[in-house]
Amino acid sequence: MNPTSVAVRAGLRRGWIELRNTFTNYQDLWNYFFPTFVLLVAMFFMRGSTVPGTTFSLGARTLPSALGMGLAFGGMLVLASQLVVDREDGTLLRAKATPNGMLGYLIGKIVLMSAMALVSMALQLIPALFFLDGLRVTSAAAWFTLAWVAVLGLIATLPMGAVFGSLIENPRNLGLVMLPNMGLIALSGIFYPINGYPGWLQAVAQAFPIYWLGLGMRSALLPDGMAAVELGGSWRHLEMFGVLGIWAVLGLVLAPVVLRRMARRESGSRVAARRERAMQRAV
Amino acid sequence: MTAVELPGVSQTPHPPDDDFVLDVRDLRMRYGSVDVLHGVSFTARRGEVLALLGPNGAGKTTTIEILEGFRMRSAGEVSVLGVDPGRGDERWRARMGVVLQSWRDHGKWRVRDLLTHLGTFYAPYSTARIPRPWPVTDLLDTVGLTAHADKRVHQLSGGQRRRLDVAIGIVGRPELLFLDEPTVGFDPAARREFHELVHRLADLDETTILLTTHDLDEAEKLADRILILAGGRIIADGSPDALARRVAGDAEIRWSRDGERFVHSAADATRFVRDLLREHGDSVQELEVRRASLEDAYMALVYEQESGARTGATARVWQQGSDR
Repeated sequence: MNPTSVAVRAGLRRGWIELRNTFTNYQDLWNYFFPTFVLLVAMFFMRGSTVPGTTFSLGARTLPSALGMGLAFGGMLVLASQLVVDREDGTLLRAKATPNGMLGYLIGKIVLMSAMALVSMALQLIPALFFLDGLRVTSAAAWFTLAWVAVLGLIATLPMGAVFGSLIENPRNLGLVMLPNMGLIALSGIFYPINGYPGWLQAVAQAFPIYWLGLGMRSALLPDGMAAVELGGSWRHLEMFGVLGIWAVLGLVLAPVVLRRMARRESGSRVAARRERAMQRAV
Repeated sequence: MTAVELPGVSQTPHPPDDDFVLDVRDLRMRYGSVDVLHGVSFTARRGEVLALLGPNGAGKTTTIEILEGFRMRSAGEVSVLGVDPGRGDERWRARMGVVLQSWRDHGKWRVRDLLTHLGTFYAPYSTARIPRPWPVTDLLDTVGLTAHADKRVHQLSGGQRRRLDVAIGIVGRPELLFLDEPTVGFDPAARREFHELVHRLADLDETTILLTTHDLDEAEKLADRILILAGGRIIADGSPDALARRVAGDAEIRWSRDGERFVHSAADATRFVRDLLREHGDSVQELEVRRASLEDAYMALVYEQESGARTGATARVWQQGSDR
């Protein structure tokens, strides 16, 4: 038996068990369903308005954008916060104390994050189809685009999420990553096109994955004519590949280094010290 | 033994250190400009149970973390299962178990799922002598968690959680097990069961165990040898019995006579009692002889170390003791 392949299989199984655990936990379920519900309500009320310059429903434009946003958030922030929490409660140290446990842990996380991304996309997409019109849901090409944008999005965001999660020691500092991302949502044309924004703001938005994932999802689910109201008047798949590719490469280069450094420094007394701090916070 | 050479039998002698599961020589640790360990040395043989005692901040956790390979040392020679822990690989990792003080991980997992999952990582390291992992059903029974196997980890009580930590520590059938204050939060029955488990691991499976505890009674029950770490040094190393006998030689004798109570301490308690009975005969009542306990020894040693009297008589006696 090859220890590495055993660990890979154990990691896949781990991801599956964690997925099952999270979907049988009320707190987690609430965390999935509540934001989804809020988004769906927002889209419901936006369905009558139109995208400026077209007769297309603003609600129907928001759905794919929100799917893209969900991908970016799930990949980056959820993974980062899970890493921070797993370090605080000792899950990571447990992996470190197990032979090849770190490999199993990481594979488990990737499986869990990918599955959660898929599930939350389905949670938004399926109910929205009942009240939104104009989405290309019967086209095989649309589903193909959706699939590769989703995969590319996860590759671009998960490693960076791991980097942030490794660098943040204190769960309180998660806000340092969370808040700029909230700001980016407003910049990235998720709920409203950004054609009217000043050029430099548009440039800032286009440096980050959220904008491109929103655009990519729109390119999958919206009719081709809607490309006309995007920046540059096209879906710009090539540019999307470029920017997401840079994030992916950056993440894949940085993540192993930062993860290894974090794992090396993990020890019982560090976990105990964090626990102490957490108890003080609770008081 | 005869000197006849048998074909196929290797004649290479074992290197002298081969018997030692733990071999620590002059281990030093410095954080910034603060020295935490000033040259710690000790060894442990296969199947030996060592208790590491010492006041808080003495360097116990640092020492254990260096041995576990979780922390790099500043200087000194350390060999754990024949490997330098700073360079231990996953094969080496598979041969040891670690039970820490404060683990709250995997709260959403079911007990059985978690043990099965963590056990699978050890399967490739199974050998003919040590089949790995420990079968989960059997393991659950061993630590007394069978009734809770399908509970989620966060639903366990403190003592049950601790037993799960121990189960995880031994699921890979370690040759060396680190236990950091393993019985904190145990009720007396759970504590006794745990002690039986430790004896079983050491005696039947030849597991070498290094445990830290503040419970001197527990150390006395479990350990073959006790190490006292204070001020970054090992100030005592020996069996609980020898420790108690050598350090505080005087025994305490209590008795009552004609309704009056007496207390006396004597180096030779037997002779004192013989004389006492010869002199007063039947009027001596409620006779009690209390030998110096491990606790007395511990207090004396730690007090001496902390008050800076390291050249005192106790330390000298100890040096002689460990040279033997």
